[in-house]
Amino acid sequence: MSNVFIAFQRNEESRCIVDAIVADNPTATVNDQPAMVKVDVPDQMVIRRSSIEEQIGRPFNLQELQINLITLSGHVDETDDEFTLSWKQ
Amino acid sequence: MDMKATKKLGLKDRYNLMTRDLEWTPTYQAVKDVYPDMEYEGIKIHDWSKFEDPFRLTMDAYWKYQSEKERKLYAIIDAFNQNNGHLSLTDARYINALKLFLTGVTPLEYMAHRGFAHVGRQFPGAGPRVACLMQSLDEIRHAQTQVHSLSNYNKFYNGFQNFRHQHDRVWYLSVPKSFFDDAISSGPFEYMVAIGFAFEYVLTNLLFVPFISGAAYNGDMGAMAFGFSAQSDESRHMTLGLEMIKFILEQDPDNLPIVQRWIDKWFWRGYRVLTLVAMMMDYMLPKRVMSWKEAWETYAEDNGGALFADLARYGITVPKGWEQACKDKDHLSHQAWAVFYNYGAAAPFHTWAPSEKDMEWLSAKYPDTFDKYYRPRYEHWAKEAKEGRRFYNATLPMLCQTCQIPMFFTEPDDPTKIAYRESDYHGMKYHFCSDGCKSIFDHEPEKYVQAWLPVQQIYQGNCFTPEADPTKPDFNPLAEVLKWYRMEMGRDNLDYEGSQDQKNFNAWRELATGNK
Repeated sequence: MSNVFIAFQRNEESRCIVDAIVADNPTATVNDQPAMVKVDVPDQMVIRRSSIEEQIGRPFNLQELQINLITLSGHVDETDDEFTLSWKQ
Repeated sequence: MDMKATKKLGLKDRYNLMTRDLEWTPTYQAVKDVYPDMEYEGIKIHDWSKFEDPFRLTMDAYWKYQSEKERKLYAIIDAFNQNNGHLSLTDARYINALKLFLTGVTPLEYMAHRGFAHVGRQFPGAGPRVACLMQSLDEIRHAQTQVHSLSNYNKFYNGFQNFRHQHDRVWYLSVPKSFFDDAISSGPFEYMVAIGFAFEYVLTNLLFVPFISGAAYNGDMGAMAFGFSAQSDESRHMTLGLEMIKFILEQDPDNLPIVQRWIDKWFWRGYRVLTLVAMMMDYMLPKRVMSWKEAWETYAEDNGGALFADLARYGITVPKGWEQACKDKDHLSHQAWAVFYNYGAAAPFHTWAPSEKDMEWLSAKYPDTFDKYYRPRYEHWAKEAKEGRRFYNATLPMLCQTCQIPMFFTEPDDPTKIAYRESDYHGMKYHFCSDGCKSIFDHEPEKYVQAWLPVQQIYQGNCFTPEADPTKPDFNPLAEVLKWYRMEMGRDNLDYEGSQDQKNFNAWRELATGNK
């Protein structure tokens, strides 16, 4: 079993995004580092637009993830509603 | 007629309409004349339409998000500069890592811009062509934002002023330069594996994540902003690299051995370049986030391990040099910094011996190696310096023909023995630092015999200014080389202790924190 991960610049928008990830991925591990936050999940991570919107209180386009994104690992699949990272598709 | 507002297009439809549907098949010219570089590397592609960018980013969305990134980045850089942010750094020693960054890394960003513009033009598929176009634009953005951000340091500190001139000349800068020249002079598929996959996916996290987090930790918001902003583009680049590898492997079984050899080669080439990053992390950051070894374990062993486990379904194995690289993690940064300490007169940044506190940290992070192999060396040099004999090596080192790094790496299983390898080619002997570099040379000797090796070039008399006169009795070859490097002796080089940078930083910081 391998981890996929995603890291963001640590700011107010990312705080909501990370909260949404943790809510949707119960096996997530959050690792705070200077100026950044890294989230690891075994095998697959799903980031849902609806969960982020709930946390951030406004409409959110998943492509906005690009703005605070630092890095990621795993195969990417992006649709209007979900951004998925996984190993072994 | 009524105009009905239709529903907004979804991401997949938008990507198809605005990227893949813009493709056409040429009829006035043969496809192979339009894309002439597609066959000579031996890679077989049957259906370009199978490639799809998983981010499904269209050009309009690209501009929108990139401009937002730029606005944020320049707001941070302006705020940092406006408030004399450089005086809130932990210590001015840190700035020397930025000098290394500007001279060694930034010019590679520019080369990556050129490289992706070139290969993007070569690919017959609209998907990879557009993704390469975006990456090419990203890379020139990185070069520009790094120059802009670091230009503020150039107003106050030495060693930044001739970065582009030095990139083409200074001995250790031939390491990153020759790495990228090697990639850009290979074919389009090899370039994608070299830079898109091996460098971006497997290795750039080590530079742009823990090191940049370290920049933030040391109070440098400028470097934090350009570093993380660049790495956010890298997420796309890494994804492009991985998709290209999968695409190539899925297209034809004959592609596997070619791709595997490129992965072996480019993992090792990139890993050797990262030697500089290892020492930046362990020795040049006054406050450290994590050791090189920890970064290697997180971003190479865990993440790279997951990647290669995943690619095993295509028959891909971990790169040849992987095992040695994992063994080296206990040694790499210490050996590299020791060499720069030695050659501190010939580099346009300052070096120093680690303090007692630094060494406590290093021995805690490297319990099996630091005290045993490296501490005695640094203590000896510190003692010599204290007695007025700061050691500067005045002879020139032997270089590896492939990676161009001085031959200081030790045998993978014996850290007391320098590794030497050699090959004969057309009656000449060539020297290598490792099995990895030797095997790269042996496969393409006609390419690597052309290497511009700085030490050989100095001995051949090619590294002096036109005014230099070697027939003069007081001719000092090393001083003349520094002139050619456009380095000012005693100001841009030598130990940090006693440097103009140190004096200025301390004086300005006193002004900034008191009412003198």
